Amino acid sequence: MSAENLVEIDNVSFAYAQREVLKGINLNVPRGKVVAIMGGSGCGKTTLLRLIGGQIKSTKGEVRIDGQVMNDLDQEGLYRMRRRMGMLFQFGALFTDMSVFDNVAFQMREHTDLPEALIRDLVLMKLDAVGLRGARAFMPSELSGGMARRVALARAVALDPMLILYDEPFAGLDPISLGVIGNLIRRLNDALGLTSVVVTHDVRESLAIVDYVYFVSEGVIVAQGTPDEIRKSDKPFVHQFVHGEMDGPVPFHYPAPAYAAALRLKAGHA
Amino acid sequence: MLRRSAAVLSGIGGRVVSAVWRLGYASRFFALTLLSSGTSFRRIGLIIKEIYFTGVLSLIIILVSGLFVGMVLGLQGYETLQTYGSESALGVLVALSLVRELGPVVAALLFASRAGSAITAEIGLMKATEQLTAMEMMAIDPIARVVAPRFWAGVISMPLLAAMFSAMGVFGGYLVGVVLIGVDEGSFWSQMQSAVDVKEDVLNGVIKSFVFGIACTWIALLEGYDAPPTAEGVSGATTRTVVTSSLAVLALDFVLTALMFRGA
Repeated sequence: MSAENLVEIDNVSFAYAQREVLKGINLNVPRGKVVAIMGGSGCGKTTLLRLIGGQIKSTKGEVRIDGQVMNDLDQEGLYRMRRRMGMLFQFGALFTDMSVFDNVAFQMREHTDLPEALIRDLVLMKLDAVGLRGARAFMPSELSGGMARRVALARAVALDPMLILYDEPFAGLDPISLGVIGNLIRRLNDALGLTSVVVTHDVRESLAIVDYVYFVSEGVIVAQGTPDEIRKSDKPFVHQFVHGEMDGPVPFHYPAPAYAAALRLKAGHA
Repeated sequence: MLRRSAAVLSGIGGRVVSAVWRLGYASRFFALTLLSSGTSFRRIGLIIKEIYFTGVLSLIIILVSGLFVGMVLGLQGYETLQTYGSESALGVLVALSLVRELGPVVAALLFASRAGSAITAEIGLMKATEQLTAMEMMAIDPIARVVAPRFWAGVISMPLLAAMFSAMGVFGGYLVGVVLIGVDEGSFWSQMQSAVDVKEDVLNGVIKSFVFGIACTWIALLEGYDAPPTAEGVSGATTRTVVTSSLAVLALDFVLTALMFRGA
């Protein structure tokens, strides 16, 4: 294990029943960096995030976080590790029966014996960092999508984790919220000395904030590099993905029998 | 022919295996809920909050239903008893019917429909919106934090709701029998007092409602926790909660009645 890397994914494979989703993936996340895992829908990038979070176990290979092999951890060890992680879910996953304040205070109340006055100050600091100190009394149902994501971000960093995992943080946001979330991911990472893994398919926003990118397609890493290298890449898959081209290595048409045969056209009509 | 028979056998086998697997899963879930109850008792506020949602908010439907059931019992009981000139036993009929059977059973059915379905829908939606996964990722066990407090709240609320249902029912019987029809008030209450036994009738009724509370809350929690995380999944789980809980209450009532009241 390298002390430089906080997350190391070493020849990892994973299958749901008979369907192999990841096929021998190798990936490293250096400490203090923001690393993006990109790819189309269903390519296995969320599965990778779940492996890092210990929600599922790899069928082959090792996932190591801070030198600890995730597959070796029992429930208690896993929970100990997760206390040092934060996760931002695709749609926030805020607790709907609690106010914004209580959502951010939740982990502090569950995991620490801090006095309520100190929790209040800490929560206000976290909410201020995401610009929502004024919305502390709101319920999640009163928040816009972008605001909910920011509250979830404040909640994810509530206990100052070493690693933060982002599952599609840009999905379904308007351009302003998109910029705000992207900016916050970078700023919080640098200010709090975190390490971040961002799973996304949003090219423009993520290339602007991350240090390194891994491209996953059909369960394998097909390309990797810094944002600049990715932009200049002439690999067909990367080119198609970055420029949003309709056809390419990822075909527009799902595999199907010949069109003429499907329409039952006789020879000469096709 | 042979292939068809094999397919039928395999279908039956599949269903049996699936039912046994489900029963095992439900038992493990129940055991896990009991084992994870420490947090709930250390932080009693968690249970009290859930008692408000499952118990206090069910009070209106329980009290109103109890009143009407008691009033109907008063009317029907009077019609039958007057044929034999035993109108004065109306209080006994109303009280025994309610304390032994109708109180625990009808209150449990209402509890399953009102509180049980709400528990399933809430937990199912928490699962669908990744709130339970978020909790796990925060190193907080959702069974200890979400499931166990709701379980104990249901178990504590159910006997209290059944008692209130019975009390309201007796009051309804009194209103119809004594106030409306004119049955003698003294014999209504005194016969009731002498015929209803605390251990045989009241305690057995409380035991029944306690068992129903365990069954209804367990089913509601299990269905919610195991619901597929989609709109259809949650709606199907909610329906199953009401149907399964109602059937379980009626079946358990028969078993408990057979054990408690064997012609004694």
